[in-house]
Amino acid sequence: MKLGYFPGCSLQGSAGEFDESLQAIAPALGLELIEIPDWSCCGASAAHNLNRLLALALPARTLALAERAGFREVLVPCSACYSRLILTRHELEQDEGLRRQVSEIIGMEYQGTVRVLNILEVMGQIFQDGLKGKITKPFEHPVACYYGCLLVRPPKVVQFDRPEDPRTMDELMKKIGAEPIDWAFKVECCGAGFSISRTDLVAKLSSKILADAQRRGAEAIIVACPMCHANLDMRQEKAEKWAGKKYSMPVLYLTQAIGLALGLPEKKLALHQHLVPVSFPVKAKPAAKAKAETASQPAGQSEE
Amino acid sequence: MSRIGVFLCHCGENIAGTVDPGKVVEAANRIPGVVHSIDYKYMCSDPGQSLIREAIKEKGLTGVIVAACSPRMHEPTFRRVCAESGLNAFLCEMANVREHCSWVHEKSELTTAKAIDLVRIMVEKAKRNRPLFPIKVPVTKTALVLGGGIAGIQASLDIANAGHKVILVERDPSIGGHMAQLSETFPTLDCSQCILTPRMVEVAQHPNITLHTYSELESVDGFIGNFKVKIRKKARGIDEKLCTGCGVCAQKCPLKKIPSEFNAAMGMRTAIYTPFPQAVPNKPVIDKKRCTYYLKGKCKACEKACPAEAIRFDQPDEIIEVETGAIVCTTGFEVLSTEFFPEYGYGKYKDVINGLQFERLASASGPTLGAIRRPSDGKEPETVVFIACAGSRDPAKGIEYCSKICCMYTAKHAMLYKHKVHQGTPYVFYMDIRAGGKMYEEFVRRAIEEDGVKYIRGRVSRIYEQDGKLIVKGADTLLGAQPVEIEADLVVLATAMVANSGAEELAKKIHVSYDSYHFLAEAHPKLRPVETNTAGIFLAGACQAPRDIPETVAQASGAASKVAALFSADELSREPVIAVVHRTAPPIFSICEGCFMCEQACPFQAIEREEIKTRDGKLIKVVAKVNPGVCQGCGTCVALCRAKALDLQGFSNEQVYAEVMAV
Repeated sequence: MKLGYFPGCSLQGSAGEFDESLQAIAPALGLELIEIPDWSCCGASAAHNLNRLLALALPARTLALAERAGFREVLVPCSACYSRLILTRHELEQDEGLRRQVSEIIGMEYQGTVRVLNILEVMGQIFQDGLKGKITKPFEHPVACYYGCLLVRPPKVVQFDRPEDPRTMDELMKKIGAEPIDWAFKVECCGAGFSISRTDLVAKLSSKILADAQRRGAEAIIVACPMCHANLDMRQEKAEKWAGKKYSMPVLYLTQAIGLALGLPEKKLALHQHLVPVSFPVKAKPAAKAKAETASQPAGQSEE
Repeated sequence: MSRIGVFLCHCGENIAGTVDPGKVVEAANRIPGVVHSIDYKYMCSDPGQSLIREAIKEKGLTGVIVAACSPRMHEPTFRRVCAESGLNAFLCEMANVREHCSWVHEKSELTTAKAIDLVRIMVEKAKRNRPLFPIKVPVTKTALVLGGGIAGIQASLDIANAGHKVILVERDPSIGGHMAQLSETFPTLDCSQCILTPRMVEVAQHPNITLHTYSELESVDGFIGNFKVKIRKKARGIDEKLCTGCGVCAQKCPLKKIPSEFNAAMGMRTAIYTPFPQAVPNKPVIDKKRCTYYLKGKCKACEKACPAEAIRFDQPDEIIEVETGAIVCTTGFEVLSTEFFPEYGYGKYKDVINGLQFERLASASGPTLGAIRRPSDGKEPETVVFIACAGSRDPAKGIEYCSKICCMYTAKHAMLYKHKVHQGTPYVFYMDIRAGGKMYEEFVRRAIEEDGVKYIRGRVSRIYEQDGKLIVKGADTLLGAQPVEIEADLVVLATAMVANSGAEELAKKIHVSYDSYHFLAEAHPKLRPVETNTAGIFLAGACQAPRDIPETVAQASGAASKVAALFSADELSREPVIAVVHRTAPPIFSICEGCFMCEQACPFQAIEREEIKTRDGKLIKVVAKVNPGVCQGCGTCVALCRAKALDLQGFSNEQVYAEVMAV
């Protein structure tokens, strides 16, 4: 699969490990990523609060560049970037006048021919085609799949998975050997919008997410968004302080979990860059036991 | 030579607002054959009708064009006016200058020009009109009622009591429908079964009603007054004549854990079962999809136990053919599937149930004998959260429309819960409270003020289980969207009322249209609420839209009175717009070649074969003949006839060509 690639600022900075791990697994998955030449900031979090045209023009510029470069599909791993790009695409599709106006602002004809894909969509497609024995070290841990707020919303625009109870990541995790837990915080807010200004709120919201994952026996939280990762990993200590208990919950990008299952070295997946150490409790045959549990659960339900 | 009068209606502002009436009248006067042209503010009013009447007499008109609204609106009115004045009704035509012109265009010269064109077209048609006479067809005075819920029961009883025969067809093993499942009914809190079951018994015992339960409509042919209906009577697996309804079979059936449909899966049933003790008829059926004998070829425990020797494993389905004059469709509704809002955890958490399931919990005949106990552990719930609009009024979560009954039944549920669990706390999350109806608002106030039900205006975003409790997260929008979290023991979703999953198929079978939600469509939402666009087929109840019981019953009686009116005459008049086969004098007799392409093309089987013979009985040729009672005037045969031997009365080829050439 050959795709245009829009890393955005996060993946070149705070979420470098997202980019590194994605690049690391791409060859094994037959994924070729070509960076959009001269891409610019998507304007996330700041632009759309201040100036609508600016908020549309910034992503439109990148999309127009992708069109010029001949891409039909662009992978946008960061949820915030994804949201901005797909919203822009949607709004300009609805309003021909606006499309022309924005084209004029960016000094390029924006046509709207490029599809914007998130990381789950792309992985879903690849996994559907089959991994054919590529999973050498099954990621056999109970995991909490955390989608965050932006990946599946608004449903009208993204038209992807179920907005309140998405399943794509859970399915992906199952395929690499993990057991996704049934939990309630899949799409709850982590407080990303207040990541800098109100860290107390972030601590409270993130703490709830961490607590539920821990209570239900998750050994890791799997994310697909740099902001989610920042709040759950970087601010975990603060969340622990707020809650008055230890979580020690590793937070992995799904690309890292996939990488581990593919048997790639931890270093290549940049696991060492996390603040919460990525380590799992040592159990005697934990996977087999967990598997048996999950397998018996639905059967037990139907019996009752 | 034709003497045609043109009568232009202003329809108040509706037509005159965009079309210049003076110009139309003036132009009409110049059309050859038009001898009289006049406009008036409301042509359908009494003075307007008088204008037509007088002109017919004074000017000796041979044709009338009323340029006004759609013929569907007022053609019968103006045709009647003509007939009263001695002009054959079928010499009157409508030019639709409202729906086809003034309503859909701006005020302009072009709009007026189009109106003139429409008048000219109809003048050309009218010139070629011939007097036609209505076709008389006999009426079969038997009504078919589809669906044995409260609507079907009411309609059947009303028609039967008017002295006509009724055939009531019900898909399930018993009549009673959803109403039989309900506990108590708003706003009076009278027990649903107590008021319904006497009527069910009345249906079974009425001499004019033939009841076919566990039966489905197979096909409908024919037309108003003369429908030919096939009904599939599904094999119950028992001989109904021998069965006494003693119930021993169900006691002996080893399969006891099948979720009961009647109890909305809150209780269990056996493979041979009677849905509920008051079922009518009180005869069991065998669930062939689950019965061990049908699946594995052995068991027959019921056969061994049956004292009446009534079990018939090899009973086949039976097709019953009946003739009816009218059909009343009362097929009801379904509860929306919960696929749309996985965040509420229905199906995942046992203690998240829907409204119908709560009805069974609260019902004295239900699985808990009326005690409110949560399904997971049978404990009495201390806190119950009711969520209104679960799937209604939100296209992202189900359907756009309001399910109408949920505000009321949710108030009732909360009230019933409080009456049974005094120390309990009921919460209701709602969007708006819609309590329009006799004593409805008072009922809701009573729930809030006297029974202390806690109403929270806001939506629930998520429900999840934590330490044996259901955490209900929502917002209180009257407190500035303040987040609310309630630890509940039981959650009841007021899931939306939707059309039956088979509604579309049924609509096609009975030739009735349906809306985008698959509810069956009435002929006019206000003025013809129980009729459909197919003559002789009527609707009542929730197959049409969400309805409560009083409304359903009123409408069922309405449909029944329409049927009774239809059956009040021995013959029906039908419009003579039918196909006719060309006939002429000998030696040609008819230009029909007898290829009978028309016979194959006719969707209504209206083409017959006629032998033309000499006086001494020698066959000259076989030609097509149209059965005037069956022909619907669709014109398919006319289009296919290679010899042009077929034509449609009132819409002849000659007329249609003339209309086209007039533009």
